[in-house]
Amino acid sequence: MADLTDDRAIRRGRLTSRRHFLAAGAAGLVAAGSSSVDAQSAKKPIVANPKNQPPNVPDWSKVLGDGVAAHPYGKPSKYEAHVVRRDVEWLTASRESSVSFTPLHELDGIITPNGLCFERHHGGIAQINPLDHRLMINGLVDKPLLFTMDDIKRFPRVNRICFLECAANSGMEWRGAQLNGCQFTHGMVHNVMYTGVPLKLVLEEAGLKPNAKWLLLEGADSAGMTRSLPLEKALKDTLLAFKMNGEALREEQGYPLRVVVPGWEGNLWVKWLRRIKVGDQPWHTREETSKYTDLLADGRSRRFTYFMDAKSVVTNPSPQAPLRYKGANVLSGIAWSGRGTIQRVDVSLDGGRNWRTARIDGPVLEASLTRFYVEFDWNGQELMIQSRAMDSTGYVQPTRADLRKVRGVNSIYHNNGIQTWLVRANGETENVEVS
Amino acid sequence: MSKYPSLLVAWALAIVIATPTLAGKKLGLGREATPQEVAAWDIDVRPDGLGLPKGKGTVAQGEEIFQAQCAVCHGEFGEGKDRWPAIAGGLGSLKNDRPDKTVGSFWPYPTIVFDYVRRAMPFGNAQSLSPDELYALTAYILFLNDVTKDPKLELNEGNLAKVKMPNAATFHDDDREKTEKSFWNKQPCMKDCKKTVEVLGRARVLDVTPESKTAPRVD
Ligand code: HEC
Repeated sequence: MADLTDDRAIRRGRLTSRRHFLAAGAAGLVAAGSSSVDAQSAKKPIVANPKNQPPNVPDWSKVLGDGVAAHPYGKPSKYEAHVVRRDVEWLTASRESSVSFTPLHELDGIITPNGLCFERHHGGIAQINPLDHRLMINGLVDKPLLFTMDDIKRFPRVNRICFLECAANSGMEWRGAQLNGCQFTHGMVHNVMYTGVPLKLVLEEAGLKPNAKWLLLEGADSAGMTRSLPLEKALKDTLLAFKMNGEALREEQGYPLRVVVPGWEGNLWVKWLRRIKVGDQPWHTREETSKYTDLLADGRSRRFTYFMDAKSVVTNPSPQAPLRYKGANVLSGIAWSGRGTIQRVDVSLDGGRNWRTARIDGPVLEASLTRFYVEFDWNGQELMIQSRAMDSTGYVQPTRADLRKVRGVNSIYHNNGIQTWLVRANGETENVEVS
Repeated sequence: MSKYPSLLVAWALAIVIATPTLAGKKLGLGREATPQEVAAWDIDVRPDGLGLPKGKGTVAQGEEIFQAQCAVCHGEFGEGKDRWPAIAGGLGSLKNDRPDKTVGSFWPYPTIVFDYVRRAMPFGNAQSLSPDELYALTAYILFLNDVTKDPKLELNEGNLAKVKMPNAATFHDDDREKTEKSFWNKQPCMKDCKKTVEVLGRARVLDVTPESKTAPRVD
């Protein structure tokens, strides 16, 4: 595939298949005009029926519902069928090397449900029989080892909630407002509680040679995804995870085994992990040279840009979730930082002229999404909504303009600039770039 | 006694539980991988050539394989068909408004071509190429990119890592904590931060979200 932000891909794509994105992009506008659910996945628009409302007594209060185990593995209500991952088909040459986005505007709290976690694959989803899966450790170790999944699960286990953000999240927005919907501008992030074993313990089992400094993490997918990880990070807090939100990893998230690298860019979190090689220098793989390096305006490139800097976005209202009522409203959003905890989030309704501090609710954890709210009254005036995150290291989320001053517009990755949503008098909400 | 110390103890215990250590004691998990098992999976190649297998291949041999197995996506000259990635061209374009990042214009080391094609290409039939085919393809891709102008070039485990790439010197380690220092320790402005706010661009007029200017369509 081309880069998601590759303009050639965008230009070519524009001429070819647009159908898929159209359907998705239109969803917000449909919702703006009526109270119906986006009809892309739910075939018929869902409408309210006064016969089910007081003073009437609806059928569901009279007849028996389904018995237990009607759905041995439960699913969301049929009225929630529009809450799905979406992709932008014309962005990439093939679905096997592509991305689908988390519907952030439909979620609340800090945990992303497993089936809605965005996907990014470079060679499709490997379907691995866990009985056949092996993790090899070789290189600068006392003894090269092979582990079965059962072996891995016999190590002491830990639980940790962390965000995973693709370094290319918001990468389409470097040159200005591009995609209408926080699902598309910010949906390459999810937040999950992982259960796994500290990588440190697994490495100690093989025994590190004194000159060990770097690890190569390798996936078992057909992209053979490989990234170099500094040993220091591996020993500090990196996990080998086999559960997400309590259940086995989803196949698209690397079943049966993936790496969790708290606070660092998603590409390092190698899925379908099959091998760890220990070495004394980085490998400079294609994924840390051709991709996941940040090209600056002067033609030089930054490499090993691991940390995901503090970032936030207002998820409601947003283009797919417009304002629908005057009077009392709840503005909601998420903030996160790979360098620590979120200390404060400020929100502006007037394009950055004036700010108020948002109310944070729910757990505030290191390298995890953090939820914020602002309760406000809307009387139909135009709004330019922004949010600005601050983290425990004192980092303040920069404006897009400030970022461009240092980076230019071709760095693709690590766009954590402040997002603006323009809300019109009719509530319709649009992705804009402001001065 | 105040509650405070016992809370501290509980907290300390929680930390101990949160980060288990084995104090150097091995659990005896896993089994030793045999040399054959390691050799079969140990496919990575480093810029200094560590990991390159024995073998050789020429530009001409590479051209034949490339046209048969790669050109359908990457184009006859590596220019990229339709939306498939280009892997040649763009030399000197990195400071342009629209840079063209390819093997020749961007990649720092020649070994990456070998390592990446070996593990991931051809797309959908990965790990199918022999070392000789991989040397030949690497030679041809470097030739397509004018990294080598010698049509007779033969690459092997001895000379591949020595090929110099034009963009090698431009990569540097993450320096955000220095170059973006101003993003730290700021007291961000809360009131009257700017006089006016203008809309500079809208997602819809850029026409990247196609047709959203016109009536919404749902299909
Ligand atoms: C079916 C289409 C297809 C075929 C055939 C194919 N490739 Fe690729 N190639 C791709 C895609 C897609 C990618 C990007 C994969 C990703 O997203 O990581 C790619 C990436 C590459 C890259 C890295 C490009 C970059 O800028 O990072 C190289 C080099 C490459 N291919 C070489 C080859 C060679 C050599 C062959 C033949 C042996 C080949 N490809 C066959 C589709 C193809």
